[in-house]
Amino acid sequence: MTTNTAPPLGSVHQLLGHPTDLEGHLDAHGPLNVALYPNCSWEQSLVTSVEASGLTGRGGGAFPASIKLALARSAGGGGTLVVNAMEGEPASDKDKVLLTWAPHLVLDGAQYLAALCGADRIVVCIPIGRDAVAAAVSHAMGERTGHRYARVREEIVRPSDRFIAGEESALANWFDSGLSVPVFRPDKGTPLRIGKRPALVHNAETLAHVALIARHGPGPFRIHGMTEEPGTCLVTISGGVAHPGVVEVDRGTPLSDIAMLSQPVEPVQALLVGGYGGTWVGPGHFGTPYASISLRTIGAAAGVGVIVVLGEGSCGVAESARIARYLADQSSGQCGPCVNGLPAIADDLARLARGQGDGVSMARLHRRLRDVNGRGACRHPDGAVGLVRSALAVFAADIAAHGRGEPCPNWAKPTSFRFPRPIGL
Amino acid sequence: MSALRITIDPVACEAYGYCAELLPEAISLDEWGYPMVDDRPLPAELMALAKRAARDCPKRAIALRETKNR
Amino acid sequence: MNSTFLWYATRASGIVTLVLLTLTMVLGLVTTSRARARSWPGFAQQEIHRRISILAVVFLAIHVVTSILDTYVHIGWFAIVVPFTSPYSRFWVGLGTVGLDLMVAVFVSSLLRAHIKPGTWRGIHWLAYACWPIALAHTFGLGTDSREHWVIALGALCVLSVGLALVWRLRASAKRRVRPSIDPSHVAPPIRRVTTTTARGAWDDH
Repeated sequence: MTTNTAPPLGSVHQLLGHPTDLEGHLDAHGPLNVALYPNCSWEQSLVTSVEASGLTGRGGGAFPASIKLALARSAGGGGTLVVNAMEGEPASDKDKVLLTWAPHLVLDGAQYLAALCGADRIVVCIPIGRDAVAAAVSHAMGERTGHRYARVREEIVRPSDRFIAGEESALANWFDSGLSVPVFRPDKGTPLRIGKRPALVHNAETLAHVALIARHGPGPFRIHGMTEEPGTCLVTISGGVAHPGVVEVDRGTPLSDIAMLSQPVEPVQALLVGGYGGTWVGPGHFGTPYASISLRTIGAAAGVGVIVVLGEGSCGVAESARIARYLADQSSGQCGPCVNGLPAIADDLARLARGQGDGVSMARLHRRLRDVNGRGACRHPDGAVGLVRSALAVFAADIAAHGRGEPCPNWAKPTSFRFPRPIGL
Repeated sequence: MSALRITIDPVACEAYGYCAELLPEAISLDEWGYPMVDDRPLPAELMALAKRAARDCPKRAIALRETKNR
Repeated sequence: MNSTFLWYATRASGIVTLVLLTLTMVLGLVTTSRARARSWPGFAQQEIHRRISILAVVFLAIHVVTSILDTYVHIGWFAIVVPFTSPYSRFWVGLGTVGLDLMVAVFVSSLLRAHIKPGTWRGIHWLAYACWPIALAHTFGLGTDSREHWVIALGALCVLSVGLALVWRLRASAKRRVRPSIDPSHVAPPIRRVTTTTARGAWDDH
C-alpha cells in the first residue's frame, strides 16, 4: 500500500496545500480561538456556524455534523472526543494524508468540538501498523505542547487494523473491551459511550473542516461545492490510473472529472464509488456529480471518499469477486447472516469469475443477497450486498458470459485493487 | 396509536429457532437457521405469543419495541 | 401424623425426586440449538424441561418436610439449610442438604432470569450438573432402601440415561454448524498511548 506523499493533485486547496508545521499552520489559517472559559455566546455562534455550513460527516455516513453535535451536547460534559482516523478501507488514503500533511487542522477541529461538548480529552485513533502517521501526529502534538497551545489533553491510541474497527460503535467498544467489534444499537439516537462517559466520534476530515468553519465562518466553506451539499472533500483515486493519490475536490464535481485528475491509463469500463462496500457506476453515469444527493438517484453513495478506476483491460467480475471475498473475511464474526451469508455469496462470485457458472444459481444468489441485507448488527453486510448487486447490474453482460462458461481472458490478470493480503480466486 | 415490533439482537442470537416455532406468522428462518422478522406491525392476537417468544429465547435476543404507526 | 407413614413418604418422595431430577438432566442435556426430533418443537422441549424441574422441586419439598416432621430420626430444620449439621447420618444427610441448596439457587435464579445478567444465570445453572450426582450419592449413601433390587435397578437406569445423554451432548457440540466467533485479530495489543499534557488557557491571542 502506498501513501501519497507528493503534493496533492487538483486545484482546490482548503484542507491540503498549506504548511504542516504549527507556525506555518497558524500563519495560513489564523489563531485557534477557543473560548478560555465556558462562554455561551461563543458556543452559540460556533454551533450556528456549523449548522449554517451544512457540513456532513466525511467518514462514510454523511450525517449532518450539526445534529451529531446537538446530540453530544445534550449528553452532558466530561466525555471523550474521538478522532476517527482508522480508515479501515484499503482503497482509502485521505485520512493518512490529512494527518501527515495537516495534523493541526484536525487537532484544532477536535479542540473546538471538545470545548462545545465539555469533553475533557481528545483521543486520536490510528490503527496498529501505521507508525509513520502516528509519528507525524505525535510530532504535531509535541509542537502544540511546546507552545502550550491546545486546551484539552490530546492522546493517540492504536486499535486493531481490521476493516470494521473504524465503525463508530466498534471503536467505542474497543476502548471498553479491547475488542474492535460493533455493538448492536437498535436506537441510534442514544449517544455512544465509553465507559460511563459520553463519546463524540468524528472522522478526521470532518474535524479539519470544522477547524476552518470555526475560524472563518460558514461562508468560505459554502463557496465550494453545491448549495445542497457544500464544501470540499478528499477523495482517494486508485486502480488503472497513472497517478493514484488523494485529491481535494469541490463536492458535486462530476465523477469523470475527478477520475481524470489521476489520468486513467486506458478507457474506463466502470468506477467503484464509495469504497469496497460502495457501488459500481457504469459509463452511462460517469457524469454524475460526486455528492450524496446526486449519487443516491443512481443507487450509489459517496461513502468514504474513494473512487477506483476499472480500465477496459480488467475484469469487473473478477475484481468484484475479490472484493466480496475480502469483505467476507473481514466480518467481525458476531452475526449469523453475515458470517454464513457473505462467504456463500463470495463463493458464488468466485465461481462466476472463473467461468464455472454451472455451480451458481442466480436465483439463489439474489435470494441470499436479499436475506443477508440489513440483518447484521452493523452495516458491513449491507455494504457487501450493495457492492455485489451493483456488480450484477453494471457487469450484467459479463456475468452472463461468465455464467455460460465463457469468461473474459482478463479474469486471471493480477488485480489493480489494493488489499492488505493477496486475495485468491 | 402505536404498534409493537419484534427486534432481534443479531449478536446475541444463536439460531435456536424457538421464536420461529412459536410465531411462524411473523418470523421465518433463513437457510442457516437465523430468524428473519416480517416488517409489518404485529397484530393484537399474536401479542401474547410474541411476548412468550421473547421470554423463552435462551439468549435473550428478542425485544419488543413500541413504534409509532407509519 | 403416623411416623411410619412419614417414613414411607420421605423415602418414596426421595426416589421420585431422583427420577425427576434424572429426567430433567437428560432433557437439559439434549436441548441444544440443533437437536430436536422433527415433530417436536424446540420451545416445547425447553418447556417440558422446565416443568419437570418444577415437579422435582415440589417432590423435593415433600421429601424434606416429611423427613423433618418424622420424629423417628432427628434431623431438624437447621440441618436442612446448613450442610453436615444433622445429628442423624451427618455426611449423607449433609449431601442432601447441599443438593437442596443448589436446587434452590437454580430455581430462584431461573425465576429471576429476566432481571439478572445472562452470564450469571448460566453460571448458576451449571451448578445443576452437580445436583444430580449429589442426589444419587445421598440416595445410595443413606442406605435406607439401597439394597432393594428394584432401587438398584432404578439407580442403574438413571446413571445409564444421564451417561448416554452426556455422550450424545458432547458429540453434538463437537459437530455444531458454523457459529460466529470473534477473530482474535480483532483484539489489539494493550493500548499504546502517546500523551501530551497541555496547560489550560495558555495562549496569547484571546
